[in-house]
Parts: sequence; structure tokens; C-alpha cells
Amino acid sequence: MKYDVTITIGLKEGMLNPEARAIQHALANLGFPTEGLSTARLYRITLDASNAAAAKKEAGQMCERLLANPVIHHYTIEVE
Amino acid sequence: MRFAVVQFGGSNCDRDTYHVLSDVCGVETDLVWYKDGLERSYDAVVLPGGFSYGDYLRAGAIAARTPIMAELIRHAKSGGLVLGICNGAQIGSEAGLIPGTFTLNAYPKFISRHVHLRVENTTSPFTGLYREGEVIRVPIAHKEGRYVAPDEVIARLNRDGQVAFRFCDEHGNVTPESNPNGSAENITGVLSEAGNVLAMMPHPERASESVLGSEDGVKIFNSMIAYIEEHGSRGTIR
Repeated sequence: MKYDVTITIGLKEGMLNPEARAIQHALANLGFPTEGLSTARLYRITLDASNAAAAKKEAGQMCERLLANPVIHHYTIEVE
Repeated sequence: MRFAVVQFGGSNCDRDTYHVLSDVCGVETDLVWYKDGLERSYDAVVLPGGFSYGDYLRAGAIAARTPIMAELIRHAKSGGLVLGICNGAQIGSEAGLIPGTFTLNAYPKFISRHVHLRVENTTSPFTGLYREGEVIRVPIAHKEGRYVAPDEVIARLNRDGQVAFRFCDEHGNVTPESNPNGSAENITGVLSEAGNVLAMMPHPERASESVLGSEDGVKIFNSMIAYIEEHGSRGTIR
């Protein structure tokens, strides 16, 4: 069965995010002061799996083996 | 004695490194295209700088998962020397050859300039020809070079002598001002636990001839050669 999987990968809590800081600064220059800003990368993957749990497990392995770096990243997986 | 320099699509310091090894240091060296694999055993393998796979996903992440890296990991596990320079350091950390990782600079732009490094370990196969605490001048050229690792890993690196180089000022003082990219404790050269892998962001191959303004980096390659001459290609690593 085909499943659409959405993987969101962001930096772990407390990790310095220079990209977010630069964006926050640019927003402030445009008159949009913000109290917090973080960035994340989103992957939409379509895959074949026997059930939703298997699709989620496979997506987890993708994160562990390539998409995320466990030193700095956390990730969430949603299966539709 | 024979060295290999691995070329990935997007490597761009491969020929510089080859030139220094073969012409300056006088060691037989092969340029090895990553798809060809390591077809023979080497005394040392160098992962050169560049932008393998266009830095897609994360710098070094995709090159780290190519088949030649499985062979390189076997080479390292058997005690063979591996030197990762810049993108090669990123590939090495992504492949798990050293702890921690190199990520986006604290000020998120590309930095290309000479920096000073303090040599923190003079017993490794890569640093044996330096004096303890020696200050060397070598260029950096990267955007993703900020060394990050959990606190307990940093503590272990410090305790076990796995820090090879720290950014410092010209007098050897390790200060926040002399840290160009925000690396944890100014660390920019990391040794594996066994000591036979060194991942470093600065470019020693760009500081290996007087015509380039500094010869401070050539001692890294010459240290490797001296180590192999003394201990053999799979020398007793600590």
C-alpha cells in the first residue's frame, strides 16, 4: 500500500541556529520584531509499505541513516 | 609507501593535496575516483576538500554514504591512517570516523582566510613533527565548519588527547575572538579514539610551500610519512 510520509527535521533544543538568527534579524529590519524563530526542513516521501506502522518505521530508518544527523537534529514523522 | 587521495564529484582540493604529497613530500600517491573504490591497500588515505555532491543535505552527508566509504571505514578500523581536510573532515564526521559534527558557522557565511592554530597533541600520527603548543598559520575556507559535539564528548576529547588543533591568536591564546566559526572550545582538528583518523577544517595543503606564504601545514603530511616509516602502515595505535 502507498503511504505519504512527512518528515520534519529540526535542530535539537538549545542548538545554535545561525540561519534562524539571521532571518529573525532581517524580519526585525522590516518591522517585524519576533520573540522566537526556528527553522526546519520538511521531506514529503511516498513509499510502499504493508501498513502505516511499517511506513513510519522505514521513515525512521531513513532519518537515522541519512536525513538527520543525530548529533544536532531531532525529527518527527507523520504518516497519511 | 603509498597514499590515496579520494576524488568525489565536487572535490576541488584533490589535485592540490596530490601535488603536495607527491611533489613536495615525495610520497607515491594515487588519485582514486570514488566509483573505482580502494582497489589495493594504502598506507594512508586522504579525503580532500571541496563540495562533494554540492553540499546537498548537509556538507559531506552524501559522500559519507558512498560504497568507497565502507572500504575506507574498514581501512580505518584496521589501523590505517585517514586524514579528512575541510569537506573531507565533514565526510569523516558524517561517516562516524570521529565524534561530533561540523555545521553552519555561527555567523552563517563562507569564511576564507588564514587563521592561527595551536597544536594540542604532538603524539598523534599527524602531529608528531610539531612542538607542543606550536602556533601554526593555515587557511580556512568553509561555511559549515563549526565543530559541535555533546558536552560529555568534548570532555572526553580533552581528557583523552583527541583534540589536535584549536583556533588561537598569533600568540597561541585560545580566545573567543580567535574562533572564526564558533566551534566548541575553538576545536577544529579532531582525532578518532584510536588516533589514526584526523578530521580538520583548515587546509594544510594550502600552506605547504613557501610560495604560498606558509609551510606550516606540510608537517602534517610529513608527520604521517614519518609515522608510517617508524611504525608501518598499521602501526601500533594507542
